[in-house]
Amino acid sequence: MKVSIERNALLKTLGHVQSVVERRNTMPILSNVMIEADGGKVSLTATDLDIAIVEETEAKVGRPGATTVPAHTLFDIARKLPDGSEVDLSLEDGDRLVVTAGRSRFTLACLDRDEFPVMNEGNLPHRFALVAGELKRLIDKARFAVSTEETRYYLNGIYLHVAESSEGQRLRAVATDGHRLAQVEQDVPDGAAGMPGVIVPRKTVAEIRKLVEEYEGEVKIALSDTKIRFSFGHVIVTSKLIDGTFPDYSRVIPQGNDKRLEMDCRLFAEATDRVSTISSDKTRSVKLSMNGDTLTLSVNSPDSGTATEELQAAYTGDPMDIGFNSRYLLDILAQVEGDTVQVFLADPQAPTILRDLMDEGALYVLMPMRV
Amino acid sequence: MTPVPFLCRDGFHRFEGGPGPTPCPVCGSRRTVSHAELERLTIAHMDCDAFYATIEKRDDPSLKDKPLIIGGTGGRGVVSTACYIARLSGVRSAMPMYQARKLCPDAVVMMPNMGKYKEAGLQVRAMMARLTPLVEPVSIDEAFMDLSGTERLHGAPPAVMLARLAADIEREIGITISVGLAPNKFLAKLASDMQKPRGFTVIGEGDAKAILAPLPISRIYGVGAQMATKLQKDGLTMISQLQGMDESRLVRRYGDMGSRLYHLARGEDRRRVSADQPVKSVSSEITLDRDLADLAALENHLWRQAERTSEGLKKKGLAALTITLKLKTSMHRIVTRSRTLDTPTQLAETLFEVGRDMLKPLADGTPYRLIGIGGSQFRSPEEADQPDLIDPGRTKRATAERALDALRAKFGRDAIGKGRSLPAKTAVDNPEKNQK
Repeated sequence: MKVSIERNALLKTLGHVQSVVERRNTMPILSNVMIEADGGKVSLTATDLDIAIVEETEAKVGRPGATTVPAHTLFDIARKLPDGSEVDLSLEDGDRLVVTAGRSRFTLACLDRDEFPVMNEGNLPHRFALVAGELKRLIDKARFAVSTEETRYYLNGIYLHVAESSEGQRLRAVATDGHRLAQVEQDVPDGAAGMPGVIVPRKTVAEIRKLVEEYEGEVKIALSDTKIRFSFGHVIVTSKLIDGTFPDYSRVIPQGNDKRLEMDCRLFAEATDRVSTISSDKTRSVKLSMNGDTLTLSVNSPDSGTATEELQAAYTGDPMDIGFNSRYLLDILAQVEGDTVQVFLADPQAPTILRDLMDEGALYVLMPMRV
Repeated sequence: MTPVPFLCRDGFHRFEGGPGPTPCPVCGSRRTVSHAELERLTIAHMDCDAFYATIEKRDDPSLKDKPLIIGGTGGRGVVSTACYIARLSGVRSAMPMYQARKLCPDAVVMMPNMGKYKEAGLQVRAMMARLTPLVEPVSIDEAFMDLSGTERLHGAPPAVMLARLAADIEREIGITISVGLAPNKFLAKLASDMQKPRGFTVIGEGDAKAILAPLPISRIYGVGAQMATKLQKDGLTMISQLQGMDESRLVRRYGDMGSRLYHLARGEDRRRVSADQPVKSVSSEITLDRDLADLAALENHLWRQAERTSEGLKKKGLAALTITLKLKTSMHRIVTRSRTLDTPTQLAETLFEVGRDMLKPLADGTPYRLIGIGGSQFRSPEEADQPDLIDPGRTKRATAERALDALRAKFGRDAIGKGRSLPAKTAVDNPEKNQK
């Protein structure tokens, strides 16, 4: 293999794929990135056995071929080479990759490309496409609620599925950690109607979100019960899905919350953030006291003191106090696009609903704290 | 030769004398201690001598002249303390009991009576607290004290007050202690260990380097077996070798540890004596009567340890975000698994549920001799065990456990329990301290 590639193209492509490579690996080959050169293109592949990312970039291919080298090392080299330089990659004696750029020369130990694990994606019968913006919305408004607790591994991802609602079928992304739940929905794209419900792992969600950041076009999605593939631009990400059953979340979304609280979302978030200054990093509960048009936020920390702030709000219902984890509350308010947030309450022990007036397809459920 | 200050440990008389050991000119006692810096040093370490055994001998004078071993008496028991007579036969702490019995066949072996030891330990601690508020307990029978600035208050330098404390403890509690007095914690601890039992050893800034030089590196605080092996591979075994090396060289080779080695080898230790050392983990473990490989049998033991850990957390007002399962194989290899939760817990149910989940893949037929579970990364209990949206069972179990705790608070620990906690097999509890 002999190939010449522009440094910025190499750096960008490597930057995209290397993030999936774990810093510590029991199998040396998993620390490596696979480089394949053929027909005017170089394609780089990295995997952690659960996710595989392949990205292509243009290059001058002198002699086609393939090998694997340590991903983080090659990335660091590319990072430190001067902007605009031309990088030559040349495989010598089958086990060394010589990297040259200007007067710099590096020799990296290679592992054979045949040892590199290829993810067998199998048959992916369900295929549809989302505009990058749609995918970003589904991810952003749900991912903060994903659980990190391994005991409930089936909550460690976003549940993507087609649900029946009063408006007919909707494509839904749902995430929960048992304390809050986020549900985002949109029209079902062509080809998705018959798809099975799948749980996309947290790490995959994070990788996709990073890669799709600068992308505007269409993202093609193909999936089966066990694998999902995202293709866009020059990138293909294939991932295993979480093998588990997402709980029936619909029963935890309360239907009869009749007390409605409405207020300016930004002011609410800022006030919540301000009063929670007083809570030590260990206690995070903030109390909301609703009475007519006044909402009082208060934090009472036995260690550090107290804080209260009054807000103008529209509230229909008898006076009530309810406690929330302020961090969870702020996570939700950060996702609200509109000026106004609507809160639907039942009683101080019951799950509470938050809604975004600007985005009717997004719904959040927050469990109050026992105080 | 300039005369050095002396202190008589029986009559607390102060005089100048030397060189060499000098009896007290006032009362004739030969238990005197001298050091050029005697009246200036303020950091002390005190350690009760063969604590558990001494207490048992105090309470049963017929044991006085017999070798006495305290520890687990079952087949798998371990020595927690051996009296000084038993130590003559080579019996040491942490030694398997069968080996101890072989070395010292005529020893009296007793199960530990932790309640009694704890009571005496707290009495000792209360007496220390009369000298200074800066008492840092290391364990039930061991503590650091910082007596800086107390000379005006007590009208005597720390050395005198410490000698009085040792005498008071002997008289009032009936046990003996050994004291180390030095400029810092590392040297104080080293000193208290040098003349046990009933010792009083002083190390000053002036003689620290010379005292440390011939000692093995493993005596340095924080150098464990692994570090010692690494140093040995590099040809370093004695502290004197470290004393001859540059700090930069040690740092290059050993990182932060290198810097610590450099300073500690010279007797320099900047750690402060701090009265409230935060609890970092709460755990409970048990050495099993016989090795167990069966998941169900291990789960039974896990449940009881989860209950004990939960009890500890609740008592201390702590809630743990991280749960750690600990196992020891029959080959004495320690296996641990940790898991961090989304929100902290105090509940035995949750500790058990998560612990069992980590245990399952480890119960692959490997026989285990010890099982335990602990919590760390503490958060406020207010945040703990909040109602769960997805699993109403979690909420119900939490409510049930709180009801159980309330009943126990009212009627005692054994008033009510889960069926799972009924004893299946008896096992000897580890007398090890269950707090780190």
